[in-house]
Amino acid sequence: MGNEILFYFFAGLAVLSGALVVTMRNVVHSAIFLITALLATAGLYLTLNAEFLFAVQIILYVGGIMVLFVFVIMLVNLDVALHQVQFNRQSWVAGLLSVALLAELLAALALARNSVSGSQLLPAPRLAAPGGGNTEEIGRLLFHNYVIPFEIASILLLVALVGAVVMGKKRI
Amino acid sequence: MQGVLDFLLKYWVQLVDALVIVGVFPLLAGYVVLLERKVMADMQARLGPMRVGPHGLLQPLADAVKLMIKEDIIPESADRLIFWLAPVLSVTAAMLAFAAIAVGPGFLIADMNIGLLFILAISSMGIFGIVLGGWASNSHYSLLGALRSAAQLVSYEVAVGMAMVAGLLLAGTLSMKDIVLAQADRGVWFVFVAPIAFVIYLIGSVAETNRAPFDMPEAESELVAGYMTEYSGFRWALYFLAEYANMVVVGSVATTLFLGGWLRPFPSVAWLNFLDVVPPLVMLGVTGYCFYRVPRQTGKDQSFIMLIFAGICLLITLPLALVLAPVPQLAALKPGIHGAFWFIAKVMLYVYVFLWARFTFPRYRFDQLMRLGWHYLIPLSIVNVMAVATAVLLKENGVNPFVAFGGTALATVLVAMWLVRAGQAREQEAAAARAEQSA
Amino acid sequence: MDETRITGMPPVEETAVPGADEIVLNMGPQHPSTHGVLRVKLRLDGEKIEGSECFIGYLHRGVEKIAEHRTYQQFAPYVDRMDYVAAVSNGLGYCEAVERLLGAEAPPRARVVRTILTELQRIASHLLWLGTHALDIGALTPVFYCLREREEILKIFEKYCGARLTTHAFRIGGLQYETYDGFEHDVKRFCDDFASKVDEYEQLLTGNRIWVGRTKGIGLLNSEQAIALGVTGPPLRASGVKWDIRKAMPYAAYDQYEFEIPTGKNGDTYDRYLVRMEEMRQSRRICLQAIENIPAGPIMAKVGKVLKPPPGEVYHAIEAPKGEIGYYVVSDGTTQPYRVRVRPPSFINLQALDTMVRGHLVADVVAIIGTLDIVLGEVDR
Repeated sequence: MGNEILFYFFAGLAVLSGALVVTMRNVVHSAIFLITALLATAGLYLTLNAEFLFAVQIILYVGGIMVLFVFVIMLVNLDVALHQVQFNRQSWVAGLLSVALLAELLAALALARNSVSGSQLLPAPRLAAPGGGNTEEIGRLLFHNYVIPFEIASILLLVALVGAVVMGKKRI
Repeated sequence: MQGVLDFLLKYWVQLVDALVIVGVFPLLAGYVVLLERKVMADMQARLGPMRVGPHGLLQPLADAVKLMIKEDIIPESADRLIFWLAPVLSVTAAMLAFAAIAVGPGFLIADMNIGLLFILAISSMGIFGIVLGGWASNSHYSLLGALRSAAQLVSYEVAVGMAMVAGLLLAGTLSMKDIVLAQADRGVWFVFVAPIAFVIYLIGSVAETNRAPFDMPEAESELVAGYMTEYSGFRWALYFLAEYANMVVVGSVATTLFLGGWLRPFPSVAWLNFLDVVPPLVMLGVTGYCFYRVPRQTGKDQSFIMLIFAGICLLITLPLALVLAPVPQLAALKPGIHGAFWFIAKVMLYVYVFLWARFTFPRYRFDQLMRLGWHYLIPLSIVNVMAVATAVLLKENGVNPFVAFGGTALATVLVAMWLVRAGQAREQEAAAARAEQSA
Repeated sequence: MDETRITGMPPVEETAVPGADEIVLNMGPQHPSTHGVLRVKLRLDGEKIEGSECFIGYLHRGVEKIAEHRTYQQFAPYVDRMDYVAAVSNGLGYCEAVERLLGAEAPPRARVVRTILTELQRIASHLLWLGTHALDIGALTPVFYCLREREEILKIFEKYCGARLTTHAFRIGGLQYETYDGFEHDVKRFCDDFASKVDEYEQLLTGNRIWVGRTKGIGLLNSEQAIALGVTGPPLRASGVKWDIRKAMPYAAYDQYEFEIPTGKNGDTYDRYLVRMEEMRQSRRICLQAIENIPAGPIMAKVGKVLKPPPGEVYHAIEAPKGEIGYYVVSDGTTQPYRVRVRPPSFINLQALDTMVRGHLVADVVAIIGTLDIVLGEVDR
């Protein structure tokens, strides 16, 4: 019961924030609502007992990526952007596509709930294995089953880091 | 409806705790500010606040009232939503972190199994309070100051996180309560096992809370006004509160992770059990001194207020002393109540080091600050993590723990010395290049 | 208001061009760290300084013009107000200049007491400099310790002549007041306490990595530049030039005492700091030597009540705490000088600011202005 209330709260917050992100005129306000949307997603992770993902979502997305977004927004010449008139010549096409996507998602959900074969589309979430919570489970998977993709991902990040430093190094 | 009532009944203690923290902490932060002013005055050969209340003890109340009745000025061209949001975000992030901190074995609001990670996450949310505050002041230079402050926070977060990882390797769990229990099991505080991690955490946390010597972005004598410029009255009080709450949070994390949390010094050594009387003795001493000073105040009302303070100290002494009685119900409360005393004492010691550093050292220039973080602290913290991991591995394979941890600590110190040497060489090159350029 | 330009730089644009690499940053005239009303315009390339321009005159009071309408004795209190931090040295320079014009000489007792008071004033001026300089760089504590010591010196001044800051301690021809009972005792006690205090300040700052990082290599001025710009005082000595008027052209009683001239090597802010710290110690040494043996005798030469120096001119310079302060006094035979021109050390040293800030970051400007030890009262007069 409590879980359902929390789910509706976070999901509603996420949808509302998402809508506000794209409709706000002021770019910084958009960024703030994006932060809210990300926090709501983190809350959704929490309702699914994925507490490690909840914390990491906040640390990385909100505390890392959104800080970067906000830096860029604030350092770029904003006065011009604030007074630009938004144009939307493709709103009809966008609307049609959105409706199509929504119909597809609803159909998939309906099928998955009702049929046996559809249950493979959306398998029921597994509860955490005994002997630890979400953190231990993810750790076990990362370092036992998926260690090679993990290492490759870290090398990728290292390359990105080095590239950023080299590109930014021409001043002080 | 029934669900809500069930929830309330089950968690009423935690809810009351949360309310107490939100309600009482501003007052406590005010007293931390008073402590800072008195410590600052003591180090500067003067007395500090003495007028409002005996020895300035009521100064926080006066400050709070003044800040609350000040006119709320919002600059005309400021963005109202963001102007309102920024200090609120800072304070919320600071206070939310208290939810995970375990002051005693039973004294915590939420026993999360990701407690430490939660605190780290909440501190990274606090950065937005600063960035948005600088934005709302609508001045090019304030914005740059705020962005610099945020850059500093983000940089030192890496070093602080790595230092925490070193402590986590020893504890084996992210839950704040279990980290202290792990220290109780091993019988040793982790600061003695991984001292370098503690030092890195200490330096990094001074930078994380924007305190001197890392407070260039908010210093008064600099050209760039800080992010707090346009805030006055209550909004400024919120920022201030957030800064001191951050200091206490960071101190609490250090205490939990490295200084043994609520454990008494040498908790497992039986012949040192006489140390258990230290808490009530210390508080008794404080109470006695307060009572002694009551008649020596400058006026009747000052004496009366001093008497009230002495009474409060006495009220704190009583539980500390009573739980020492051999009655089993009271003895069961001992770890909790004495634990709270030791925890608060350690956090105050950590905060005292912060204050001490502020009044002793000059300020780092911003580029020197970033250089310290990126060129020295981050590589050292990464090496430290590897060293501690190696030591833990060696210990599990039967090597004597002194040798394992001592050896790896020595290796880390050698790496630190090499880093310093390399840094000096780099600086000499830069100075030579600059001299050539100007000649 | 017609602004006086010190540097020979082409005038900088008033407005910043957005998006361009060079911006102009204005510092002052109200700024906590410019030590007075000084306006500095910095031309920046990103964060590095390409050039600077000082705008002064906010504290100009027409002191030199006033001198033409006062008698020689009436003008003496005015000179205190120029370098108000070190009023005693100003007074010494002026009184000795007029004494030269008159052909008179202060009696030995007066000369020795003048030396003691001037050296105490040097210590007091350096203490204030140290406190404010450390405060600008972020060290919040040394200023309180320095002011505590300075308080002792100001108490001695108050007991001697009744004033702490603008003392008018000396008269043309000698001293007005005899030293009070206990003068030697007070000075000796101060000097005895002071040695450990200087060590205290050094302990806080000299070896501190942050202090060294903020001051070493900052504000470089080599000896050729220093001499070419006319810089005098501790900045000159820190650049390696061993020039001190107390040794080169002794005045008052300096030729009787032994002391050293500290010099630096690199001419950076750190060297200027070390030079001034050592100067405080040497001043203490002079005071101790002087106190041992104050000659008895009159304190005032026979110069008469109405001073009418014969027509002529004199330039007399002394080593003030901030540098060489010179008085060019032209007499036309009347009781009022024809012209008094003051060579203020801070004014000339401030010219070096442009050379010293180039290539540094904005955050260093405050340290460099502090290390020049300027007093706007002297710069503007």
